[in-house]
Amino acid sequence: MEKSVSFVHLVPKDVVYDPEGKRIARQIKKHLKLESGVVLASKLFLIDYPLSDDELSGFASQCLHDPVVNDIYCGKLHTPDNYKSYISIAKMPGVTDDEGTSAQKTLADFLGKQIDTRTQHIFVQDLCLIEKGFDDKTLFTIASNLLGNKLINHFEYGSPENFKLYVPAVDVVVDNTVENIDIFLPDDELIRLSRDMVLSLDLAEMKAIQNYYRDEDVNSKRAALGLPEIPTDCELEILAQTWSEHCKHKEFAAQITYTNTVTNETKQIDSLFKTYIKGSTEKIRESLEKNGNKWLIKVFNDNAGVVELNKKDTFIWKVETHNSPSAIDPYGGAITGILGNNRDPLCTGIGGGRLLFNTNVLCFGDPYYEGELIDTQLHPRRIFEGVVKGIEDGGNKSGIPTVNGSIVFDERYAGKPLVYCGTAGIIPKQYKGRNAWEKHIDKGDRIVMAGGRVGKDGIHGATFSSTELNEFSPSSAVQIGSPITQKLCADFLERATERGLIKCSTDNGAGGLSSSIGELATISNGARVNLENVPLKYSGLKPWEVFLSESQERMSLVVEPEHMDELFGLASEMEVELSDIGEFTSDGDLVICYGEKTIASLSLDFLHEGVPRKMMSALWNGIDVSEPTLPQVADYTYVLKRLLSALNICSKEWVIRQYDHEVKGKSIVKPLMGDGNAPQDAAVVRTSFDSFEGVAVSNGIIPRYGDIDAYQMSAGSFDEAVRQIISVGGELPNLEKSNGLFWTVNDNFCVPDSLYDEVNNPDGKQKLAKLVQMCEALYDMSTYFDIPMTSGKDSMKNDFKGGGKKISVPPTILYSMAAKMSDVRKAVTSNFKAAGDLIYVLGETHDELGGSEFYQLFDQLGANVPVVRPEAAKQLYIAVTEANKKSLIESCHDISDGGLAVCVVESCFGTSFGADISIDTISAVGLNAALFGESHSRFVVSVAPENQDQFETHFKDRAYYLGKVTGDANYCITEKGAACITAPVSDLLDAWKSTLEIME
Amino acid sequence: MKKVHALVITGFGINCEEEMAAAYRLAGAEASIVHLNDILVEGFSIHDFDVLNFPGGFSFGDDIASGRVLANKIKFKKLPSGKTFIEEIREFISAGKYVLGVCNGFQVLVKLGLLPDLSGDAVQQVTLTRNDSSKFEDRWCHCTVASGAKTPFLKNIDKIYLPVRHGEGKLMISEESVRSQIVNNNLAVMAYCDASGRITDEYPLNPNGSEMSIAGLCNRTGQVFGLMPHPEAFLTLYNHPDWGRLRRDNPGISEDGEGLQIFKNIVAHIESEER
Repeated sequence: MEKSVSFVHLVPKDVVYDPEGKRIARQIKKHLKLESGVVLASKLFLIDYPLSDDELSGFASQCLHDPVVNDIYCGKLHTPDNYKSYISIAKMPGVTDDEGTSAQKTLADFLGKQIDTRTQHIFVQDLCLIEKGFDDKTLFTIASNLLGNKLINHFEYGSPENFKLYVPAVDVVVDNTVENIDIFLPDDELIRLSRDMVLSLDLAEMKAIQNYYRDEDVNSKRAALGLPEIPTDCELEILAQTWSEHCKHKEFAAQITYTNTVTNETKQIDSLFKTYIKGSTEKIRESLEKNGNKWLIKVFNDNAGVVELNKKDTFIWKVETHNSPSAIDPYGGAITGILGNNRDPLCTGIGGGRLLFNTNVLCFGDPYYEGELIDTQLHPRRIFEGVVKGIEDGGNKSGIPTVNGSIVFDERYAGKPLVYCGTAGIIPKQYKGRNAWEKHIDKGDRIVMAGGRVGKDGIHGATFSSTELNEFSPSSAVQIGSPITQKLCADFLERATERGLIKCSTDNGAGGLSSSIGELATISNGARVNLENVPLKYSGLKPWEVFLSESQERMSLVVEPEHMDELFGLASEMEVELSDIGEFTSDGDLVICYGEKTIASLSLDFLHEGVPRKMMSALWNGIDVSEPTLPQVADYTYVLKRLLSALNICSKEWVIRQYDHEVKGKSIVKPLMGDGNAPQDAAVVRTSFDSFEGVAVSNGIIPRYGDIDAYQMSAGSFDEAVRQIISVGGELPNLEKSNGLFWTVNDNFCVPDSLYDEVNNPDGKQKLAKLVQMCEALYDMSTYFDIPMTSGKDSMKNDFKGGGKKISVPPTILYSMAAKMSDVRKAVTSNFKAAGDLIYVLGETHDELGGSEFYQLFDQLGANVPVVRPEAAKQLYIAVTEANKKSLIESCHDISDGGLAVCVVESCFGTSFGADISIDTISAVGLNAALFGESHSRFVVSVAPENQDQFETHFKDRAYYLGKVTGDANYCITEKGAACITAPVSDLLDAWKSTLEIME
Repeated sequence: MKKVHALVITGFGINCEEEMAAAYRLAGAEASIVHLNDILVEGFSIHDFDVLNFPGGFSFGDDIASGRVLANKIKFKKLPSGKTFIEEIREFISAGKYVLGVCNGFQVLVKLGLLPDLSGDAVQQVTLTRNDSSKFEDRWCHCTVASGAKTPFLKNIDKIYLPVRHGEGKLMISEESVRSQIVNNNLAVMAYCDASGRITDEYPLNPNGSEMSIAGLCNRTGQVFGLMPHPEAFLTLYNHPDWGRLRRDNPGISEDGEGLQIFKNIVAHIESEER
C-alpha cells in the first residue's frame, strides 16, 4: 500500500441498509447461476492530498459519513470475517471520476482552501465484500460481467486478507513531439499507412493528400511557416477526421449507379443527400411558403434543425446515433451519446438553447440469448442494461425529461446495437438584437474552449465509427460523459448568450477541436489555434491528440475580444473553465501552433472540398419471398398472449420508469397513462407555463419490413411516426394558410456496410440498393405530406466482426417527428374513457401479414408487407383532426405491431374497462389478417354513445364498427357470433408486463 | 400589499427551478431564481425573501450520497460575510420565514439537519437513502396528509396525488427516540398510501421502502417542509396521468393541478401573516 495516499472506507451499517449489495447478489445468482451469500456494497475514497489525521477524520465524519446508514473507517478497511472474497472496481487512469471530483470539491469547502482542480486528488472505488469464498477466475467473471467493464475499470479481487489497494496513476511524461509522415509511398504502403495510423482513408483519398503536398504554392507557403514538405502527424490526423465517413458523409454524397433488374431501370444518383433529403425539403419549403407557412428557419447546415415555434421563440430538434461506442462500453457509449446530442441544440446558432426533452430509440439483440458470443462481443442483456443506465443518468442528471422512445429487438443488433438519442430545445429568436439561429464569425474573434479538460478520451472516435468493429478496436475510443460538468456548462451558456457575450458556439463532439474549429473556420475563412493553451486532464498528450481528443462536455465559443473579460468573469462565478485558444482569421487556412512552433497548416478549401468523390454501385435483383401456409390456429387467446409477451410488443415499463419523463413539469401525454399502464402513441409536451401551446413527438421505426421491401419499410416507418402524432391530436401541416403548425423531422439511417467489395462485402450492391429505396420512400412520403426533414444523420458501417464471423444490422431508418399543437388540452390519449363507449377501427385493413409479429411467432417472414397508401392515409388523417376539433373521439390508438387484437386490448390497459368486439366488419381479409395484420394508417378509437351519429356521418365508410367498451374488465373478440379470443384484461396485462419485468 | 416573494435556488445540478418558480407565480407570488454561487460567492442576501426553496434535481450528480455535497457546501463554505450559508438559513428561519425542499431539496434539508431538527441545532437525525428497489423510478403516488399537520404548506389538504422521481427517497431514522419524537410531534406530515387513503408499505404504493411510509417531514414549527414527491410537477390538471378520464367523469373539473395547492397555501399563509 502506498504511504502517501490515505483512504476512507464507507460501509453500510448493516445489510439492511444495503439494497445495492442485495441487487448485486441477485444478479450474481440470476446471470451467473452462482450463490454468493451476502454481498456488502461499500465505497473506498482514496485521497492523494496531504491531510493531517484530524483533517482526514473530520472530512470523513462530517463530509462523507451518513450517520444513519454508514460506518466509516479511516486508513483501514472494514472486512468482517464472514466475508471471504472481495472485488474492488476502480476507474482506470484518466477515466472520468465525477464522484472523486465532487468529493474533492467538498474537501475544498471543508478545509476552506482552493484545491488545484487540475489534478485529481480523490479517487472513488466500489468495494464489494462477498460472503462466499470464490476463486480468482470466478471473481474476475463477476467483476467483468456484472460490476464493471475491463476497458475502463481496473479490478482487484481475492480474499480480503490479501487486499490490494490500487491507485490509478496517469503517466505524466510530457510528450509534445510532432512527427512528420512520409506519404510519397507506393500504393500498397499508402494503404498500410492509413490502416496503421487508424486514418480510415482509402487509396484515392491518400493519393489526393499526396497531390496536395506536391503543389508548389502549398510547398512555398509551408516553407515560410517552417513546416516540412511532407505532412505532420497533426495534419494527417485532421484530414482523416474531416474526411471520415462520420463527418463527411461520403457515401450519402457519392455518385451512385443504381440498377433495378426487376423494373429494368438504371439511373445515376448525384448524392443521396442532395437528391432525396435536401431535395425533398427544398420542394416542401416551396409548397409551404406558397401557402404562407414560413416556419422553416434553418435546415441541415447547423447542429440541429430550427423552426419557428411562435413570435418569440424557435424550436430546435436533433436526433443522432451513438452505436459503435455503445457496443464496447454500453453505459459510457449511451451517456456520451445523449450528452453529446444535448450539445447540438445547446450550440445551434449563437447557442444557449433551453433543452425541453430527450427521446431515445434503441435496437438490441435478444436479451435472453443463450448461444455463444463471438470474441469481444458483449451479451445483448449487458448492452441493454448498460445503455438504459447510461440514458437514465445522462437524461435524469441533466434535468431533461425522456418523454418518448421505442425499443426494437432483432438478433442482428446483437453485434452493434443502435442507440438513437434525440433532444429538442427552445431558443429565443433574438439575443440583444441578433438572430439567435445564425452563426456569424469575423476575423479577430477569439476561439474559446469551454467545459471539461482534454485527455486521451475518444481519440479516433470519428474514424473508428467509420469502420466495422473488430477485436482490435481501440479502447481509447471509450469515453464517459459527465452530466454534472455539462449541466454547469449549459447553465453558463444560457446566461452568457442572454447577456450577448457569445457570438456563436458549437459543440466539440466527434473529432474534438479539429472538427469544431475546422467547421467554424469556414465562416470567417480561417483560424489559428495554439494548442499549448488547451487545458489538459494530465500531460503526456501529443499535440495532435489534444486537437483530436473527444473528451466530453466541451464546446467551442466564438467571442468578440471586447466581451472576453465579462465572459471569463461569469464563467469563473459559475465554475466553468474557459480557455482562450486562438483566433479566427480570413486568410483561407487552418493553422495550428504549439507554443512558438507551427505544427499544421491546411488550406480550408482542400480540407473541406478536397476529398475525392466516391463512386458506388447499387444493384437490385428483387428477392424471393412468399406467403407461408400456417397450421390452423387452435387457440387465438393463446396466440394473443404470446404476441403481448413478444419483445417488440411487451410493456417497456421496466425501462420507462427509470427515466425521469416529467422533470420540467411540462409533460401532458406521458409514455404510460391511465393508472400507469396505458401505453401511448406519442408524447405531448407543453412548451411554456404561459400558454397551452406544445409539441407532439413520435418515432417511426419498423426494420423488420425491410427484409421484404426496403421502400415500404421506410414509407411505413414514416407513416407510423405521422399517424402517432395524428392519434394524439396533432394536425398535418400546410392544410391552412399561415397557421404556423410546424412539423420537423430528423431522419437517421443506420445500415450495414454497403460499399461493394468482391471479398469482404460481396452483397454490398444489394445493400446499397436497399438504401436507395429507403431514400426514395423518404422523398415520396415527405413531399406528399409536406413534412420536411430538418436535420438527421447516417451511420454507414454497422457491422461487428470477430472470430471469422460478422453480424450486420438490418438496414434501419428512424423518423423522429415533432409537430406543434396549438392547444395541448385537446390531446387525445389511447386508453378507453368510459364503459358503453363505441369502438371503431378507422382506415382500411388489408391482407398484409408480411413481416408481422404474428408471422414471427411461426418463424415466417411472408411476402405481403404492409403498403402505405398515402392518398387514403392523408384523407383519413385530415378527417381525424376534424373529428377532434368537434371532440368526437374519446380515445385513439394507432395500430402497429401485433395488429388490431393487440391495439384494442392495449386501449383497455391502464383502465378498469374491458372490450366486447366483433371482427366481422373487417374479416373479409381473413381472420388472421383482421386480428393480427399490421396494415398502416389505421386507428382504434372509442366514441361516446351520444356522438355516434355525428361520428358515423363524419367518417362514413372509413369507420368500421367493432363493439363496445365494457365495465367488466374482460376482453372478448367474436367472429360470426362465436368467441375467438376471450380473457380477463388482467391476464393479458400480466402477459404484456412480465417479459421485461424479470430483467433484474 | 407587497407581493410574497419566493427565492428559488439553482445551480450545480439542481434542475426543477423553473417549474418551482412557475408554481409560485401561478400561486400569485413573485419568484426569483438565484444561482447558489450568487449567494456563496457574490454575497446575495436571502433575507429580502419570504420563502426559500430548494428544488429537485441531481446536485453534484448525487455523488457520495444524494444532497450530501450540496449540504456540505452550505455547511462549510464561507460567504463573503464570513458566515456560512447554513447560519444565514437558520437566521432566516428564526425570523419566522419558510423553507421548502422538494426531492433533492428535501435530501439537502435532511442532510443539513434542518429536518426534522428535533433539538433545534441542525444535526442530521434521519436520512434519505437508496430505494429498496436500488433504482431510480418515476411513478405517481398517492399521499395522505397527517391530520393536524401543523405546516402551513399542507393546510386543508387531506390527500394528494403526485409524481415521485428519485433513486434515493427511502427515509430512515437513526434511533427509536428520534422516531418517537417524530411521531409525538406529528412531524411525519405526509405518507404514501393507497387510492383509498390507507397508509401502506406495499411496493410500489410506497415506492422506496420509507420507514412509516414517510413521504414528507416538517420541523416542529412547521416552517420547514420537505417532501420527496414533486408538487411543482402537477400545476395543471393536464399533468395528471389520467386527466382524460378525470375530465370525462367530471365535466367542469378545475384546470389546476393538485400540487399547486401547496404553493397557494404558503403564499396565502404569508399574506395572512403580513395583514
